[in-house]
Amino acid sequence: MSNSKFKNPIVAWIDYRLPVFTFLEHELHEYPTPKNLNYWWNFGSLAGIILVIMIVSGIVLAMHYTPHTAFAFDSVERIMRDVNYGWLIRYIHMNGASAFFIVVYIHIFRGLYFGSYKSPREILWILGVAILLCMMATAFLGYVLPWGQMSFWGATVITNLFSAIPIVGDSIVTLLWGGFSVDNPTLNRFFSLHYLMPFVLVGIVVLHIVALHQHGSNNPIGIDIKSPQDTISFHPYYTIKDMFGLGVFLILFFGFVFFAPNFFGEPDNYIEANPLVTPAHIVPEWYFLPFYAILRSFTADALIYLPISWLMSAKLAGVLAMFASILVLFVLPWLDRSPVRSARFRPVYKQFYWLLIIDCVILGICGAKPADAPWTYIAQAATAYYFLHFLVIIPLLSFFEKTRPLPTSISEPVLKGSGNSSIVASAKPMEKA
Amino acid sequence: MHKVSINFATIIVATVIATTSVFAAGNIVKPEKQNWSFSGLFGTFDRGALQRGFQVYNEVCAACHSARLLHYRNLKEIGFSEAQVKAIAASKEVTDGPNAEGEMFQRPARLSDRLVKPFPNEEAARAGNNGALPPDLTLMTKARVGGADYLHALLVGYKPAPKNMKLGEGMYYNLYFPGQQIAMPPPLVEGGVEYADKTKSTVDQMSRDLTTFLAWAAEPELEWRKRMGVKVILFLLILTGMLYGIKRKVWSDLH
Repeated sequence: MSNSKFKNPIVAWIDYRLPVFTFLEHELHEYPTPKNLNYWWNFGSLAGIILVIMIVSGIVLAMHYTPHTAFAFDSVERIMRDVNYGWLIRYIHMNGASAFFIVVYIHIFRGLYFGSYKSPREILWILGVAILLCMMATAFLGYVLPWGQMSFWGATVITNLFSAIPIVGDSIVTLLWGGFSVDNPTLNRFFSLHYLMPFVLVGIVVLHIVALHQHGSNNPIGIDIKSPQDTISFHPYYTIKDMFGLGVFLILFFGFVFFAPNFFGEPDNYIEANPLVTPAHIVPEWYFLPFYAILRSFTADALIYLPISWLMSAKLAGVLAMFASILVLFVLPWLDRSPVRSARFRPVYKQFYWLLIIDCVILGICGAKPADAPWTYIAQAATAYYFLHFLVIIPLLSFFEKTRPLPTSISEPVLKGSGNSSIVASAKPMEKA
Repeated sequence: MHKVSINFATIIVATVIATTSVFAAGNIVKPEKQNWSFSGLFGTFDRGALQRGFQVYNEVCAACHSARLLHYRNLKEIGFSEAQVKAIAASKEVTDGPNAEGEMFQRPARLSDRLVKPFPNEEAARAGNNGALPPDLTLMTKARVGGADYLHALLVGYKPAPKNMKLGEGMYYNLYFPGQQIAMPPPLVEGGVEYADKTKSTVDQMSRDLTTFLAWAAEPELEWRKRMGVKVILFLLILTGMLYGIKRKVWSDLH
């Protein structure tokens, strides 16, 4: 104990019995991080901070919310009108959900671009996909709680999907509803599960971080750390960079909260749920639109449905395709066999990466439109392309793409970027630090 | 490779844009954008318009439409004095009870009561309105696409029906209502309300005042929200600027 690395006697005393300070020192100060991370690497910690914001604001909202069909809508309005700062807390929670998905989608596409899912980070990536699934479930459950028209009809449409499962489908739907339609028991269990899921999410996030710290962050050039010269300590370099990123995020986030709080919302959800009146267009929240488009693109006459039409109903095909669109990400590390991680050195993959983004945006637009021509055809083509990208293009690229030569170390391009390359590159490692 | 994929992308994007513009029309007419006192970063509700708007709601709309999320006490926030609001409330009767004898009884409304509804339940409302249900107005500007602009357009949007259009029984032609057929008769007529502040009560004036009042009813926190927002964003701008400075300082020893 006397030779503890902590000077403060209280810290040393505690650390001898419970090594929290050793842990923090190890994970923050000694934790080596590639020195070349760009601002796309800010979105992981940002997502973690939003999760905390969502849990804190959600716990406060739950103190004032009533999960009963007769009172839910009015209790939310009471929060907006009579609870001290209730409007602020609710708008933070409401816009926080959208912000969470924006940040996480950027985080995922960052991983796709720089090949962060490749060995040895496969489990890190899989845990990330599990986080996405968990987030989607939580967001869906939470959207039902204000008991507006879109809450009710969204819940009706999505829960009904499970009826497409052969044999047990109808029983599953009855179980989800707690009855024979979306009603009070549904609202009650959705509230309970909406409160539970974020803590499951925290659990997976902890595992995600443990897996991250095992091999450390990937980096924009996607090659392994070769020497200590390639790394800097997480604290203070990335803590301050993350803080600055957080500041920029909060400016945008609170811009929406204070000046356009209903920008991401659907006006119909300010009408109380009414099982007798169906809205003209039932649309999910924006972050589900691409998946909704995939779901709806499997119609009886769709070209993409023909090859499997002998096997299952179009409805079941749509449901399976929607889930498959995320599940395919689980096996991505094995679909992409290219040894090169970063798209910077994969000229062909880079093109297809941007096509995938365009494809996802098109799917999103189709999801927001009524299911008529030409949207159905565009959605079907975009759905086909989505799976083509992951199941055909990515595996083929692994073998046929001619990648560009990789730098020998992380430091090499960084030093070249600083201008006087010839002098710096020849400097000894220790002279740099 | 490069050229091919870019062209492919351009075609898709162009297709999407082209189809969007064709299918945006439908049977919904986009309302004209208005310049509201409460729009913009620093917008506040025009107090005169709010009070006139309440008068229009109280004398015209309240015959059929409820505003059930408002309490009489809330009316103090739009510039009425406590005595004025008490008088407004006292002019309506509410059912209270049971009293010590177990009987329900009628009493004048108080500040703590919600605005009295014109009909006791949905069935009564439908029976009194040719089968149509007049919706609650408290959240109207938030619950319709187009918000306040749509509401104003609708209120002044009654026109004679085109010759080739057959209106349903007891229906009216309104350009801005989805489907152009609305069950509500034109609610506002020139001079229909005698404003306490002597403002000339044209249909346009009443519509604007009423829309302002309903925008407040839907978002009573709007002024507070925007005032706080300006302070929060200014604070964050300074904080983020300082964080950027520190970031530059911390990272400077690396380069």
